Amino acid sequence: MSGHSSYQPKTGIERWLDARLPIVRLMHDSAVSYPVPRNLNLLWTFGGILVFMLVAQIVTGVILAMHYTPNATMAFNSVEHIMRDVNFGWLLRYLHSNGASMFFVAVYIHIFRGLYYGSYKAPREVLWILGVIIFLLMMATAFMGYVLPWGQMSFWGATVITNLFSALPVIGETIVTFLWGGYSVDNPTLNRFFSLHFLLPFMIAGVVVLHIWALHHVGQNNPTGVEVKDVKKDTVPFTPYATIKDLFGMVCFMLVFAWFVFYQPNFMGHADNYIPANPASTPAHIVPEWYFLPFYAILRAIPDKLGGVIAMGGAIVILAFLPWIDTSKVKSMTYRPIARQFFWMFVLVCIGLGYLGAMPADEPYVTLSRILTVLYFGFFLALALIGIFERPAQLPTSIADSVLGGSGARLGHATASEPQAKG
Amino acid sequence: MSLRLSLAGLVTGLAIAVASPVLAAEAGPKPPAQSWSFSGPFGKFDQAQLQRGFKVAKEVCASCHAMSLIRFRNLSQPGGPGFTASQVAALAASYTNIKDGPNESGEMFERPGRPADAFPAPFANEQAARAANGGAYPPPIDMLAKARTYTRGFPTFVFDIFTQYQEQGPDYIVALLTGYKDPPKEFPPLLPGQNYNTYMPGHLIAMPKPLNDGQVEYPKGPDGKSPVPETTEQYAKDVAAFMMWMAEPHLEARKRMGFQVMIFLALFAGLLYFTKKKVWARLPEHASTH
Repeated sequence: MSGHSSYQPKTGIERWLDARLPIVRLMHDSAVSYPVPRNLNLLWTFGGILVFMLVAQIVTGVILAMHYTPNATMAFNSVEHIMRDVNFGWLLRYLHSNGASMFFVAVYIHIFRGLYYGSYKAPREVLWILGVIIFLLMMATAFMGYVLPWGQMSFWGATVITNLFSALPVIGETIVTFLWGGYSVDNPTLNRFFSLHFLLPFMIAGVVVLHIWALHHVGQNNPTGVEVKDVKKDTVPFTPYATIKDLFGMVCFMLVFAWFVFYQPNFMGHADNYIPANPASTPAHIVPEWYFLPFYAILRAIPDKLGGVIAMGGAIVILAFLPWIDTSKVKSMTYRPIARQFFWMFVLVCIGLGYLGAMPADEPYVTLSRILTVLYFGFFLALALIGIFERPAQLPTSIADSVLGGSGARLGHATASEPQAKG
Repeated sequence: MSLRLSLAGLVTGLAIAVASPVLAAEAGPKPPAQSWSFSGPFGKFDQAQLQRGFKVAKEVCASCHAMSLIRFRNLSQPGGPGFTASQVAALAASYTNIKDGPNESGEMFERPGRPADAFPAPFANEQAARAANGGAYPPPIDMLAKARTYTRGFPTFVFDIFTQYQEQGPDYIVALLTGYKDPPKEFPPLLPGQNYNTYMPGHLIAMPKPLNDGQVEYPKGPDGKSPVPETTEQYAKDVAAFMMWMAEPHLEARKRMGFQVMIFLALFAGLLYFTKKKVWARLPEHASTH
């Protein structure tokens, strides 16, 4: 969408390189002159935050792997060796374990932002599906990473989750044996999970490149959901406008991240994972990490094992079909009075499912999670139906109008409050 | 004496708690919150308390529980109990039967301890520990302060983010060590090797009451008396603080660095905010030229 490149090689070396490998031009076009809608709010900084988190996880993870031993008899103590004897090992490990949680905080905000502003709709379907693939890869990576300390929750979490595949007819048992590298979760499981945990982040990085490519091809959505009509009026260059804003959002996010790392490093973990894995002793409650809890609640809500697995998988996969499920042509829920209410209900349902996922599988939690599971999928049905009869509010004619006109004040830019800019 | 037997039980108790969800469901009252010198953003360990806690751990707990993640040298490292290097060397040397080897002739041998050695475990392995403790396994206590907790519940766990409360482990340990009571009348009769504890999930614990008033002699102050009372409560608090240090030996360094990082990030965020405002303030002209 950027049109002609505005890159002007200034020195002889730049001109020489540009004629052979226009890599500086590529960087200039995608991070300097790339036009971004001028009305983006701070929720749009989470893409940059997620790139930062991915890099941070890879850097801390690679260093941790230098000190970690993926062996069932030594893994637990090697993590304690990192915590006690490696210089700043405690910092690396807490950055990495809390980093996983903060990665999911950021990705959930990013996904809900996309849901609210209709960022999945044409022409951004492929961009959105790539995002769902990244989300799935993240879940696999985080799950395998949680197994590595080889504590009680690592071991029993791995046992419960890998066992889910046994629900699949015919091939289920074979898949589970293949995942385990044997007939129970044991040393071979730990070895392959470590290997895959190292590999998957680089696959995520690859899909992130496609995600950003797709984004830069179709251009960013924005809070009005109205596409860019006039690049000069509706957009601003990425640098300095988006760069400085993303940086500000990123540092604010790092404040929250640092709060947990330095002051509450075990808040999002589970105490049982400081007990070494013991195949002979099952913990009272096997609970996955918090970011899996809504899906865990859906899994347990279905009385049938295979049904539960399908429902849990479906809860994620259905996101990929959202561009075709939602029948409304209007992107932003700001202009969709009915869908907006359903959106906020959906947010509450997801939080409720998260709470229920952490509770024991007793009444009333089971019934409640069944109701919320129905509501979870009901949201997607509602999106399919609402679009048919909903009468959306009047859309602004352009992004520039929304910023400089009356409705711009709510979208929160200094420009909106400039009186001379009106009209 | 019964101290040996005494340490037997968390695992058996836990196993019973797991096996009988009814008992687990009626887990006792929540452990009362203690005041800890290491809580909050500026928390630091109380060196004198850690030294007393170490004395309790060494003289009472270590007769059944391992704490082998701790090496003698850790006792003199910054942010810990603050023993001197020579005290640590003397302490390590007081353990004369550290297994080492093989030597040139291929024999294993025993030698006095060195500061780099791990704290010796009382039993060679879990089976030996169980055999000596009536079938119950006294778990290692080096990680227990982080490996034990209790349910905070909603909405308390949300407030904990802001109050930085994270001392569930030590609070639970103090409550457990001081929670030995006679079972209530309606409670089923105790079997041999079972003890009643108010705070143990399911109330049944194999470890007999480990701490009693006056059991451990504390260092004397200038007036010839211990500056803190030699009571079960005080022992429990001191050993729980020591266990917290064993579980998180770099806690002080972490919180100190945390404050520096927070100050830096807050200032940086502030500067970025005003820079952003300034940059975006150019926009009206930009818009009006079109």
